[in-house]
Amino acid sequence: MITTIAATLTDAGEASTGEAVLFWVFAPVMVLASMGLLLARKAVHAALSVITVMICLAFLYVAQDAPFLGVVQVVVYTGAIMMLFLFVLMLVGVDASDSLVETIKGQRWVAVLGGMGLLVVLAGVVMTVAPSTPTGLDGANTPTNPEALAVVIFGSYAFALEVVGALLVTAALGALVLTHRERLVPKRDQKTRMQARVQALGDGALLTPLAAPGVYARHNAMDVPALGPDGEPLELSVNRVLKVRGQEADAAEYAARIDRVLAGGWADDELPAIEAAKDATSEEADQ
Amino acid sequence: MSLMNYLVLSTVLFSVGATTVLVRRNAIIAFMGIEMMLNATNLALVTFARINGNLHGQVLAFFVMVVAAAEVVVGLAIIVAIYRTRRSASIDDVNLLKDVRDPA
Repeated sequence: MITTIAATLTDAGEASTGEAVLFWVFAPVMVLASMGLLLARKAVHAALSVITVMICLAFLYVAQDAPFLGVVQVVVYTGAIMMLFLFVLMLVGVDASDSLVETIKGQRWVAVLGGMGLLVVLAGVVMTVAPSTPTGLDGANTPTNPEALAVVIFGSYAFALEVVGALLVTAALGALVLTHRERLVPKRDQKTRMQARVQALGDGALLTPLAAPGVYARHNAMDVPALGPDGEPLELSVNRVLKVRGQEADAAEYAARIDRVLAGGWADDELPAIEAAKDATSEEADQ
Repeated sequence: MSLMNYLVLSTVLFSVGATTVLVRRNAIIAFMGIEMMLNATNLALVTFARINGNLHGQVLAFFVMVVAAAEVVVGLAIIVAIYRTRRSASIDDVNLLKDVRDPA
């Protein structure tokens, strides 16, 4: 396996040249990306920086004889946790900007100083400690890293594993409880809506749909009102927008045609008069 | 290359994460700083496992990942719950426990 060859230590406990190249390629990227988390103005950019750091960490784990942890790093951290972060970012609002108001005066500079002090202390401890010669994991990773890890986890750490399982169940329940919302008003289902409509019947509300325009008359245009069974035009059947714009056809004229037919004449008896009126309106439009 | 380089990188990442928690006011970004600190300790644990030649460090890093997953679920649920009531994801706006009585 390539990873095993790359991860093998020399006799002096030094890493191989290939691993050194890998480290010096990834380490600056990781530090720059972590600076992105610290300085990025938008939360989404910060999240992308953290994802970069985590994927680079997965590479370093594989290089350090921990391929199982490398895969878990990608699947759990990058795949699950950071995606959860992005989901919540979308929920809360991507444009939720950082407030620049300092609640404690000078807190920002004190925090940066504290962070640098922490770096100096931690790095100083790591540099000054006299390490024994690194052993390497060639002996411990037999036959393979995941199998050797399984022996340790289900052997020495079996109880801890069960406790962690209980923790995961509790966390899932906790998230459910925390995001649960009590219903303040009863839910409006089909039955209650039906009852409300029937009760509104006394106030002149309609149970049936409105008549479609024009279908009972000689015209089926949208601007012609439908005629009821009694020959009267139904004003409600014309779209409200057409009425507001004044584009509704004259309902009375179309009703009058019915009356003329009922009286024994022809519907178009007074056609010349209508044509004259139409000519007048078209002339007005031309001017 | 000495394995100490991994530990120094881990301390750098840890410090940047801690500074992020202290400086940033957006609750989600501060939370990501905590995740960065956990990742830095994981890198240190994996390196320690390699130095000592046994797998207990890797097992510990594995448990850190599991606990971090549980912690993120609860933490983000809290952030969402606060956002619902206060319409804000800023840490400064969560001040209901502050004593706001008139000093006079």
